[in-house]
Amino acid sequence: MIAIVDYGMGNLFSIYNALNRVSGDPKIIGDPESLASADGIVVPGVGAFGRCMDRLSRFEGSLLQAFAEGTPMLGICIGLQVLFEQSEESPGSKGLGWIKGNVVRLPEGVMIPQMGWNSLSIVRPVEMLEGIAEGDMFYFVHSYYGVPTDKSVVSATTHHGVDVTAAIAKDNLFATQFHPEKSGVKGLKILENFVRSTRC
Amino acid sequence: MLARRIIPCLDCDLGVPGGRVVKGIEFKQIRYAGIPWELAGKYYEDGADEIVFLDITASHERRETMVSVIKKTSESVFVPLAVGGGIKTVAEAREVFNAGADKITVNTSALKRPELISEIADRYGNQAVVVAIDAKRRYALEDGRQIIETPQGPCWFECSYYGGREFTGIDAIAWAKRAQSLGAGEILLTSMDRDGTYDGFDIPLTDAVAKRVRIPVIASGGCASPEHMREVFQRTDASAALAASIFHFGEWNIGNVKEFLKERGVNVRV
Repeated sequence: MIAIVDYGMGNLFSIYNALNRVSGDPKIIGDPESLASADGIVVPGVGAFGRCMDRLSRFEGSLLQAFAEGTPMLGICIGLQVLFEQSEESPGSKGLGWIKGNVVRLPEGVMIPQMGWNSLSIVRPVEMLEGIAEGDMFYFVHSYYGVPTDKSVVSATTHHGVDVTAAIAKDNLFATQFHPEKSGVKGLKILENFVRSTRC
Repeated sequence: MLARRIIPCLDCDLGVPGGRVVKGIEFKQIRYAGIPWELAGKYYEDGADEIVFLDITASHERRETMVSVIKKTSESVFVPLAVGGGIKTVAEAREVFNAGADKITVNTSALKRPELISEIADRYGNQAVVVAIDAKRRYALEDGRQIIETPQGPCWFECSYYGGREFTGIDAIAWAKRAQSLGAGEILLTSMDRDGTYDGFDIPLTDAVAKRVRIPVIASGGCASPEHMREVFQRTDASAALAASIFHFGEWNIGNVKEFLKERGVNVRV
């Protein structure tokens, strides 16, 4: 079973339907205890960083335990940003801090939010990007992006005024700034890679 | 760099059980193009970057049908879905978002009560609110209007509502800027002069709005060929082009339109 963490932010149908499409056996989970039995965990998210963290905090212990135990985890959009220590979007709110560094606003002069299809540059090929080629396009909607202190966690970037972190990989954790569930067949490919990793 | 988007639009008649996509009206007879989720599925397979559903009947009692159309579509279509037609409140928007829509489109209801834009944006984010503007050229110039030069002479653009049946007296360019400041994430800009003519997009209108707002502008109205899309992308800053009949009639599909554009230097997702 793949748990989709339901912390009351945004519609979960899209990711649920997309995981179903790639035979992922998804389940929407609103109770932190139930994460212990999951083979994989998806942290989705839309909305503001601070509000997400407020609502995600009751899952923090269970998520940390699953991460430490090696359960494959996938963060999407704000689900990537909350992995960082803090965000310019919500000063004073603390992120999960699993990835050292901060979330900053896209530069002035570019369209904010970045909304639409942009191409990936693969910096570090990882299992989750199997079947994805340099230049493949994915659907982004965001105004902020993560800047890790340790650049080696970045597996892909995109360009929107500056080089923007598009995907992060660290141990059993993978996270995307784009929405694989809205990125057509290439997005489904990433979800398929994730589902496969939960079956190892 | 962000790709220019190609967006098929499905005008839905929800008075028919299950809903039908309207292809056009000939001799007062509505012609149907197909079942909404089946057509959406085909366009997705062909490479649509996003799909817009518009409820042409725009009535409250048919929202349930729209909800079932979106639910069904989102099971097998994995690109953003935008839905519009008669949404007047955040509660009505919520029903559509909960069914799987990523964006909602507002037009008449936002012109009548502009705060609706902020209310939806506050709850669902700016990216979730598309303000649709139906603009008509007015060659009788008036003070205080944004005057735009066109090959047919200088004009301003007036917003219409109720599906083009009534006019508001509101300047469309000023309204686009106000919609942006109220929290709109995108402008769906339809030229009433070009809609249904197959003469191509209104370039001066699209250019004028796209230059004056920072949010993406979707050009709409008049598209009958990939050449029209090339023109709007190479002559204006439009982020996306929306079309209906060019795809419904099957002469061109989204895949070969994108190949056509790519060969001519337009950055599209293929």
